[in-house]
Amino acid sequence: MKYLKLLILLALNAGIFYALNTQFGSIPPLGKFLSPQQGIWQNETSEMPDAELRLEGLSQPVTVQYDEHLIPHIFAENKTDLYRAQGYVTAQHRLWQMEFQTMASAGRLSEVFGPRALNYDRAQRRKGMVYGAEKALETMKQDKEIAAFIEAYKEGVNAYIAQLSPADLPVEYKMLNYKPEPWTTKKTALLLMYMTDMLAGRDSDFEYTNALRLFGKERFELLFPEYFNVIDPVIPSERDWKEIAAEIPEVPTDSLPLEAIAATMEKPHPDNGSNNWAVGPEKSATGNPILANDPHLGLNLPSIWFVMQLATPEQNTFGATLPGALGIVIGFNNDIAWGVTNATRDVKDWYKITFKDDSKSAYLYDGAWRDTELKLEEIVIRDSITYIDSVYYTHHGPVSYDESFLGNRGGTGYAMKWTGHLGGNNQRTLLELNAAKNYEDYKNALKHFLAPAQNFVFASREGDIALWIQGKFPNKWEGQGKFLLDGSLPAHEWQGFIPQEHNAHIKNPERGFVSSANQHPVDESYPYYVFNDGYDTYRGRVINNFLRERDEIDMEDFKALQNNNYNLMAAELLPHMLDSIDRQGLTADQQEYLDIVADWDYYNEIDEAAPTIFELWFETLHDLVWDEFEKEEIVLKKPFNYQTIEMLANHPDDPFMDVVSTDKRETAKDLIQMSFVKAADSLQSWREEHEDFKWGAFKGTYAGHLLQALPAFSRFDIPIGGNSGIVNATSENHGPSWRMIVELGEKPKAVGIYPGGQSGNPGSKHYDDFIDKWAAGEYLQLEFPDYGAELTKPNAKQILSND
Amino acid sequence: MKNLLHLILVALLAYVVTLLTPWWGIMIAALVVGFLLPLNGFKSFFIPFLAVFNLWGLQAYMLSSRNDFTLAAKIADLFSLEGNSLLLILITALLGGLAAAFAALLGKQFRLVVSDPKG
Repeated sequence: MKYLKLLILLALNAGIFYALNTQFGSIPPLGKFLSPQQGIWQNETSEMPDAELRLEGLSQPVTVQYDEHLIPHIFAENKTDLYRAQGYVTAQHRLWQMEFQTMASAGRLSEVFGPRALNYDRAQRRKGMVYGAEKALETMKQDKEIAAFIEAYKEGVNAYIAQLSPADLPVEYKMLNYKPEPWTTKKTALLLMYMTDMLAGRDSDFEYTNALRLFGKERFELLFPEYFNVIDPVIPSERDWKEIAAEIPEVPTDSLPLEAIAATMEKPHPDNGSNNWAVGPEKSATGNPILANDPHLGLNLPSIWFVMQLATPEQNTFGATLPGALGIVIGFNNDIAWGVTNATRDVKDWYKITFKDDSKSAYLYDGAWRDTELKLEEIVIRDSITYIDSVYYTHHGPVSYDESFLGNRGGTGYAMKWTGHLGGNNQRTLLELNAAKNYEDYKNALKHFLAPAQNFVFASREGDIALWIQGKFPNKWEGQGKFLLDGSLPAHEWQGFIPQEHNAHIKNPERGFVSSANQHPVDESYPYYVFNDGYDTYRGRVINNFLRERDEIDMEDFKALQNNNYNLMAAELLPHMLDSIDRQGLTADQQEYLDIVADWDYYNEIDEAAPTIFELWFETLHDLVWDEFEKEEIVLKKPFNYQTIEMLANHPDDPFMDVVSTDKRETAKDLIQMSFVKAADSLQSWREEHEDFKWGAFKGTYAGHLLQALPAFSRFDIPIGGNSGIVNATSENHGPSWRMIVELGEKPKAVGIYPGGQSGNPGSKHYDDFIDKWAAGEYLQLEFPDYGAELTKPNAKQILSND
Repeated sequence: MKNLLHLILVALLAYVVTLLTPWWGIMIAALVVGFLLPLNGFKSFFIPFLAVFNLWGLQAYMLSSRNDFTLAAKIADLFSLEGNSLLLILITALLGGLAAAFAALLGKQFRLVVSDPKG
């Protein structure tokens, strides 16, 4: 009896132990997770105690002062110590995020999430993310100085990981029940690839190929013109390109392979873009140049940016860093300030590959068979067996699509040619910018930057302003890479690159300012082919008009412009829509909506109902116009807003205006009426559910945690106006991810803010403490002490040393 | 008196042991005290339960209250407790208490078997 009871109790205890120590689906091992001494209760802290910490390998002690916003100000004797400390300090606050993003980049999320991440991982591998990172690492390793810095950074991160106890693990590791692995220099390269993919990973070649086949050349060009009738390019039209002797390859006479492609991989967000601008001394109220930047990215928590000061006796730099990469990415020092916007250009092309046979060991090129290279991608899957994906590489690049992955059946595949695979030394550009003192330093720093191409805005204390559109751009024949190309034809290959000095740029233009907002880089007089599938058509014009109209511009003007909610598209389109509406037959509710929107000043403010009505109306209208594009069997992309409006206004009887599913033949006027009634209906159902239909509530901006916006760790209903296409480009889950304004006087004066917080720990008050300020259009005063100086309001101090 | 001693011993030992071991240190602590200082009947379950229930509850409360229950509220949200951090503390305490109570019963049973292997 005793023994039986003992056995029962043994079994019961074993059961309890197992139940509390094991993960069940998304439920973490509860004993471990809730234990006060090791579990999440240990992450319940916002404090940063003063500390003396050991960081092996430092040549001299490093001082880290934290200010009230938890911004670290790192003072090190030399650069190697500085980047070692940057790695250590970044890991202290953002370890889980930096590892997670590099795993996402490398296509390794199945190791954390199991089989549900397999398709994502396969796509990452097939895009050649690891291949590109390895190339970049090779280049960086040949650069002895950079190699030593990324090594030091790595050791800094690893020193932090090595001293972590289970209790100190970031809460996400506890939730998902895994542990951090050592950091590597390859992870730094993977992080840079993650950014490259985010910013230069979009293309619409397959969608365009389908549209070209479906609608024909003439109709295609009407829908997708390369230049719109109004553009205000990054490099002002006054710029004379005569000094450029460009050799442009000839357009081959071969026809393009017009294949039907059913599906493509998920693409980066179409709004990944940014604003930046700078005014020179003659336009500035104080006579000091002022520079502004706000990169538009997904609104995530922990935030993509981590702000810090990095100083040695020789250089002192402040700004936003990317956890995982060295140095400041967007920032300033005592002499210069710089920022970036995405220079969206078509740098990813697709080649149809004809395999010799099912083995895919050879493919046709120039009338002969060439060998492919097989890369076996091992995808480790949590709680399952490893998946091996066979990815074939041609001299163009990886065959991303074949019969095993979203491709058509049979002996063809589609290979990717991408500047992301060229292996740039972006890290050198960033570190040289950190130390740059003038225009020449800036210009030289940019040379190493291949992808993702960026509009680098620049201002210096000496009074120069400039903007280089920097990247490695293939020198394309007109139309090259807009559609699927033939991988067997040498003439379809990239014939070379635009020489560095021919990259479009401008220094101290007459108009007294430089700016960019992802619009056309140049006008048609620039000799090279600069196609892209989605240049901005609104933000750039609002910014340029604002800067043109004013003379004595100060930092307050810059703040107002960054937070500007003027909806230029609405201003251009709405009067036409209102003119076309027939009030007869509208219900009382519908008439009320019409009155609200007719009375609107075109500002997307949170407490206005008009933007809600307009945005809903336009969205419905857009869908009605392009109903021809709703096809299940092939991928298509609808024309851009600008061209939609052009069609509505100037081609009201075009066959596209007809709604295919009705017997009637509709015109633009009909569509405007129909879409209004439809939009009013959707608004009515929205109101039944939510009541408040003012823009802020309707848009419902949120910052989502990196784990698919896990609600517990995300912030919802952030009260901020704007929208995609507006200077304050805040849409539902996307927007200005770091707003910075710097005035370069005797000492730089700077403000900045981002929708997040310095801590990556959801348990910290610094996890999201900037969000409300950001939404309200407020900024943090960025304190920028000289090397060795004390902060005015220090929060905590850490001394890192070798002993 | 013995009850109080048992309670204090379990709580104290559980605290010390888990400084060195993962969460299951509380089970070891309760098992050892259950073996050395067996209680009678219902108490042999309830006293160690109370010990770790209080220990974990108090620890969780203290860690969390100094930070205004910031993370506790989020985890409570994650577990569909509608952000109720006190409920999360209660669950934490309950789990710890139950694990300790059953471990103490096992300790006591070992004692019975060892002291009178034939009985």
